Amino acid sequence: MDDNSENLIEIHDLKYSRGPRAIFDGLNLIIKRGEVTALMGPSGTGKTTLLRLITRQLIPEHGTIHVCGVDIARLSQAELYQLRQRFGMLFQNGALLTDISVFENVAFPLREHTKLTNRLIRHVVLTKLHAVGLRGAADMMPSELSGGMARRVALARAMVMDPDILIYDEPFVGLDPISMGVIVRLVRRMNDALGITSIIVSHDVEEISVVADRSLLISDGKVAASGSPDELRLAKSELVRQFMHGMADGPVAFHFQAPDYDKQLLGRDSE
Amino acid sequence: MTKLFRDVYDSGVEFVRTFGAFQLFFMQLLRHTPAMLIRRFDLVVKQVFNTGALSLVIIMVSGLFVGGVLGLQGYSNLARFNAEDSIGVFAAFGLIKELGPVITALLFAGRAGTSLASEIGLMKATDQLSAMEMMAVNPVQRVLVPRFLGGVIAMPFLAAVFSMIGLFGTHLVAVELLSVDVGAFWQQMQMTVDLEDVNEGIFKSLVFGVAASLIAVWEGYNAIPTAEGVGRATTRTVVITAIAVLVFDFMITAFML
Amino acid sequence: MRQTRAVEVGTGLFVLLGMGALFFLTTQTTGGDDFSADETYTVEARFENIGSLRNRAPVAMSGVTIGRVTNVTFDPVTLEAVVEFVIDSQFSQIPDDSDASILTSGILGSQYIGLQAGGSDIYLENGSEVMFTQSAIVLENLIGKFLVNAGSKDDD
Repeated sequence: MDDNSENLIEIHDLKYSRGPRAIFDGLNLIIKRGEVTALMGPSGTGKTTLLRLITRQLIPEHGTIHVCGVDIARLSQAELYQLRQRFGMLFQNGALLTDISVFENVAFPLREHTKLTNRLIRHVVLTKLHAVGLRGAADMMPSELSGGMARRVALARAMVMDPDILIYDEPFVGLDPISMGVIVRLVRRMNDALGITSIIVSHDVEEISVVADRSLLISDGKVAASGSPDELRLAKSELVRQFMHGMADGPVAFHFQAPDYDKQLLGRDSE
Repeated sequence: MTKLFRDVYDSGVEFVRTFGAFQLFFMQLLRHTPAMLIRRFDLVVKQVFNTGALSLVIIMVSGLFVGGVLGLQGYSNLARFNAEDSIGVFAAFGLIKELGPVITALLFAGRAGTSLASEIGLMKATDQLSAMEMMAVNPVQRVLVPRFLGGVIAMPFLAAVFSMIGLFGTHLVAVELLSVDVGAFWQQMQMTVDLEDVNEGIFKSLVFGVAASLIAVWEGYNAIPTAEGVGRATTRTVVITAIAVLVFDFMITAFML
Repeated sequence: MRQTRAVEVGTGLFVLLGMGALFFLTTQTTGGDDFSADETYTVEARFENIGSLRNRAPVAMSGVTIGRVTNVTFDPVTLEAVVEFVIDSQFSQIPDDSDASILTSGILGSQYIGLQAGGSDIYLENGSEVMFTQSAIVLENLIGKFLVNAGSKDDD
């Protein structure tokens, strides 16, 4: 089942809609092994939906998604769960289980999927917590952690089974500069030290340019641009420029769809 | 005019669809039950504690007062026929066969049902269920089944405690307060009440337990993942459980008569 | 882990309390003795009118419950009610000319079979029939008789 090719994830002609809205309309995308790939795009383009499609929490209407050379639509439940164990995912809010301690949260995948002894579990968990700098918080409860700390614990949990692919869903949102710097450093270090592949969904252009090898800009259900962060910054396309430089108006309009301004104001006045 | 028909038709179809999905959900829970009972019994135990042991206070207090009221009402009504001595029978039948299972189920829905629904809904809203799926842990199995089983196991015990405390409440009122003969109170009861009646009460509380736990878990799992959605799921749990319990009560009582 | 122990203890107590309540309900509120088949023998009696006598009604002698009604049917040939009941085997010396009446316990009470001892030396055993029976007193007939009597007295 394993494929040591360069492309870890290949998406061909993906179509997916939610209700009447087509979110993806013929999306083609490749994620290379060993790289940090960033998925960027304006709000609401379905970046998180794409993650769910890759992990098969959602099923596409059309098109194929291959992970490590395997068409994930063909997998049985058991095979799917096997595959998911090779992913580590960091959710936007950390998504720690609130009724158990930090230690137990990180240990959770180990307890569920392996038969390691308590001593070994302790060893692994503390090592991972140390890697994110939170070994001392092992006995705290998730409600006692700050946002940045929770996210770091979630990262430790995502790594505890030594996954091949780490997915980060908006990891920089709402963090202070220090925490943000910590996460950025961790993402890069994990990827290089462990030889894994990382996918970051984010719209933080600044941080992405520090941490990503390649960036993909998704807009209107397709890949609008791809390349290294530097290449994108110098791109000529209007859409890419608006996004990368944070311009208020451009291909992504400032004004939400509305009737004619004069008519609406004057029409009301004359009643 | 046709729009009205279309709407009625659509909601009818929607109702049937939801009902079918509900049944499938029930089957799914049952399917994972043996595995959870054997392998992760500790999770089930924790849920029996959460739904059962933590509901004891309200059950016992309610039982005591319901039993007391039965004593007062029953006495005044039976006194018209000079049949005060039958107050034990009156209270026993009322509690064991009807009030015990039904009121316990309604209180359960209010205390444990809402707690389950909101807890699960919140886990959904904060992506905890998604995270579990991503970690290749089936959230239905790990989160929903133990909570469902906890409620089903706890309910008959709660109903029995309610009835027992209720009878003591009636005893207190009738014997201590209204001077009914203590011998007549218990002896008449023992002569008239059968094991069949107790069994009927236990059967009812089991059915109600399944219904209440299933509805609570379903509402939580299908809640819209916002604060408003979780709140709605909680109120729906109480309302739907109440209706279901009363409908089942009627059906079971009619069937067993 | 400390938390789990408290949870376990709490659950254990809860379940014990629940089982205690169930035990209480089944033993202290019901008739207790259920007269299972091994320790009883079956006897039959025929009545013109059994009133509201139903299955599982007690059978008492001198006020003490010694058995239960197990079956109530109707004989289409003789047009009588046929009542089958079991008597606890330890009471094996009931004369076969004893009287079986259908009585009411209390005013609103349910009906039961009362056995009045006869004088015979032959005892009831499995399959015997109680020959002397008294049907249930139906309230309407009683009132009717009373009214007729009262009416006829006035005529004198």
